[in-house]
Amino acid sequence: MLVGSNPEEAHPVLGMQVRAAVERGCRLIVVDPREIGLSKRADVQLRVRPGTNVALANGMLNVILRDGLVNKEFVDERTEGFEQMRAVAEQYPPEKAAAICNIPERDLVAAAHLYAQADRAAILYCLGVAEHSTGTDGVMSLSNLAMATGHLGRRGCGVNPIRGQNNVQGACDMGGSPDVLPGYQKVANPDVRAKFSAAWGVDIPEKPGMKSTEVLPAAIRGDIHGLFIFGEDPVRTDPDTAEVEQALEALDFLVVDELFLTDTAKFADVVLPGRSYAEKEGTFTNTERRVQRVRRAVTAEGDMRLDTDIFTDVMNRMGYPQPRLTSAQLMDEMASLTPSYGGMSHTRLDAQPAFEHGLQWPCPKADGPDTPVMHVGKFARGLGLFAETPYRPSGELPDEEYPFVMMTGRILYQYNARAMTGRTHGLDEMGGESFIEVNTQDAERLGIADGERVRVSSRRGQVEVAARVSRRTNPGETWMPLHYREGNCNVLTSDFLDPVAKVPEYKVCAVKIEKA
Amino acid sequence: MSNSPKKKLVTLTIDGFQVTARPGMTVKAAAAKAGITIPTLCFLRGVSAIGSCRVCSVELEGHDGFITACNTPVADGMVIHTDTERVRTYRRNLLRIILADHGLDSTAYCFSCAKNGACQLQALCNAYGATEPAWRVEQERKPILESNPFLAYDPNLCIRCQRCVGACNTQARNHTLHTAKRGMRTTIEAPFGPDWKATTCESCGCCAAACPTGAIVEKRRRTYRSWETRRVRTTCPHCAVGCQYDLVVRNNRIVDVDAAPGQTNDRRLCVKGRSASFDFVDAPDRLRTPLVRNPTTHELEPASWDEALDAVAEGLGRVKREYGPDALAGFACSRSTNEDIYLFEKMVRCAFGTNNVDNCARI
Ligand code: SF4
Ligand code: SF4
Repeated sequence: MLVGSNPEEAHPVLGMQVRAAVERGCRLIVVDPREIGLSKRADVQLRVRPGTNVALANGMLNVILRDGLVNKEFVDERTEGFEQMRAVAEQYPPEKAAAICNIPERDLVAAAHLYAQADRAAILYCLGVAEHSTGTDGVMSLSNLAMATGHLGRRGCGVNPIRGQNNVQGACDMGGSPDVLPGYQKVANPDVRAKFSAAWGVDIPEKPGMKSTEVLPAAIRGDIHGLFIFGEDPVRTDPDTAEVEQALEALDFLVVDELFLTDTAKFADVVLPGRSYAEKEGTFTNTERRVQRVRRAVTAEGDMRLDTDIFTDVMNRMGYPQPRLTSAQLMDEMASLTPSYGGMSHTRLDAQPAFEHGLQWPCPKADGPDTPVMHVGKFARGLGLFAETPYRPSGELPDEEYPFVMMTGRILYQYNARAMTGRTHGLDEMGGESFIEVNTQDAERLGIADGERVRVSSRRGQVEVAARVSRRTNPGETWMPLHYREGNCNVLTSDFLDPVAKVPEYKVCAVKIEKA
Repeated sequence: MSNSPKKKLVTLTIDGFQVTARPGMTVKAAAAKAGITIPTLCFLRGVSAIGSCRVCSVELEGHDGFITACNTPVADGMVIHTDTERVRTYRRNLLRIILADHGLDSTAYCFSCAKNGACQLQALCNAYGATEPAWRVEQERKPILESNPFLAYDPNLCIRCQRCVGACNTQARNHTLHTAKRGMRTTIEAPFGPDWKATTCESCGCCAAACPTGAIVEKRRRTYRSWETRRVRTTCPHCAVGCQYDLVVRNNRIVDVDAAPGQTNDRRLCVKGRSASFDFVDAPDRLRTPLVRNPTTHELEPASWDEALDAVAEGLGRVKREYGPDALAGFACSRSTNEDIYLFEKMVRCAFGTNNVDNCARI
């Protein structure tokens, strides 16, 4: 079951493998408001109203409960909180859930049966689940489905996030987050702080930090004054561009470590030229928790420096004695503090079999195995906990003035803000320009022809792009790619955040469309 | 593949060696177990085994003709000879026929081909002394299809091995590239002509990687010779699948990408990994020197590392002194390496003194 994931465009080699699985006889459920390439291969296609994933999952659970498809043994032995979950799911009989999701009830029922009755069933989800003001509930409600049916802890099962960027998994694992240290060790835990304080020789501050989406408003308020941005371009990629620019203006001091003079770097007081993946040693962790090596192939000419050397220099100048370490030494230090990476090193990753297979965490011991499948026999927390996930509507809903829902996403031929792919000019012929997908009926009503320029506006700004008229989006719904500077969808997107993960609601905002 | 331990193993003799093999294994795979390599051309492991080129032909005792090792399953008691004079002559003649199909009068033409030095047909012809085609080749040049920005098809060089078809069908699973019949002949319909945009081709290049000759190539293949290059195994930076590939490097510049047998991608790549993962590294607008904002003109101006790093320490230090450590924050990049992010996060916590560190996972 693919939920809010279009792997043929965003994760193409995974897409090829989904196609292969379907050709081998694997059944496919596609949950996506749009018609995606894989929809035509799907057994059940659910074109849910954007922002209603939670209602769908609750409705499917309702059917699973109603029709006796719960895996009792799994629920009894391995989970807790089933009754609380049941109480919520019971409020979403299929006719009600289907109405919220704007899909035929029989399709919802068919999907529930297909998923629950499969001998092994995997859920693959992507940003179409996470990038909502209800994203955390979206993920939890999918876990509820997997636990109720026992589709977890076995090969070919699980609730699998397909991460939105190449090393999101690693960045989170490394403790690049305000509330956790490497390996998701909680800052709030005094033992964890004591361990890191001892290793690093300074007291780790007790107070959890701010999330990135909270930092920029804090800069406008005057609570954040100095910011170091490493390789990000929030002016292009954060929602509500105007507000991001205002925040960067408000800072006393901004440092940007980058490959290119991005729109964000233009606001900086100091810009530091770093090195790209092809010019350094290191590791990435893919969406399967697989740690794989990155190796230096070239050294581009110029006065650029390794980013780790830059950080080391800054640390020393700010009074923290940080020795200059190689990438391999940094991994050793990190591994010594991070149980799930404890058995990993560049040396191990450079030898077979890890040279070809990488290592999937948890991999705690240098002479022990890695872990291809998680939650076998037991969950990390012991018993799997069902969550109570009532459906909540999106933060910004269409109204008279802004009657269309707009979603954002990726296309095959570009990556993110195109800092990398935009410099391969052959791709321009394949996907060189922004656009908005509009449903045929809506376009007819507005008198917009395919390819015509339109002005798209939201409460936050407006852009001019070409309209692509088709039935790929449902009436009342539109979609824009997220890669482009001209016609940047994030001028329009809303900054409603998920209350837990603080992820912006990129996938739903309200817009109006006029002929340009 | 059956992994039932009870299935009886079979024993056969290959070039005088006794080999035990699982039933269903091919003669070629059984030979590989004994360290014997049987040459192949149209065969590509896991992708294509149609046995059409017959270059893998071997002798089987008690059998008149030759058998194709790439797709003939082993049987108990087989006695196989892979490298007799008769086999070698047969292969040479086959190669000369293929050469004639390859549209060349002699191998001397190879020097102008993008795959010179990396062509499997060339390597086999060298090994078997096939220097002339089996018959005179008509010098009629069919047009090359090369409207796709990355890929080109030269039908003149196509030897109809159909590895590209196998690649598009079983690797890319896109079923775009297919064969057609022109009279008696099988031809390849490659979607790289003037109407390329109207096809369903995803420009993944799996077909070009599978082509043993210079018929389907990535156009950039024309800018280097493989013997000038070295390779570095690494991980694609363009999505969380993490495909493995080799960066192909000539004189400190990346000139190409070659798919590797990573666990996740098994020699597949998409258009971003294969074609867009290195031009940016040495792009003309790459930042090559630190920049510091001039306090009077307010412009960003080139500076030395010492100037820039001093300015950073001074600027962040001032905020820390005036407003406390929690007035500082850092955003790490979830496209960068684990080691970078680890040290970045340590910098924010230890040198800045705050937990205000995050990565772009949220956006
Ligand atoms: S580039 Fe990929 S999709 Fe296109 S024909 Fe070749 S293998 Fe098929
Ligand atoms: S080659 Fe394509 S699918 Fe593979 S990691 Fe790169 S972008 Fe992702």
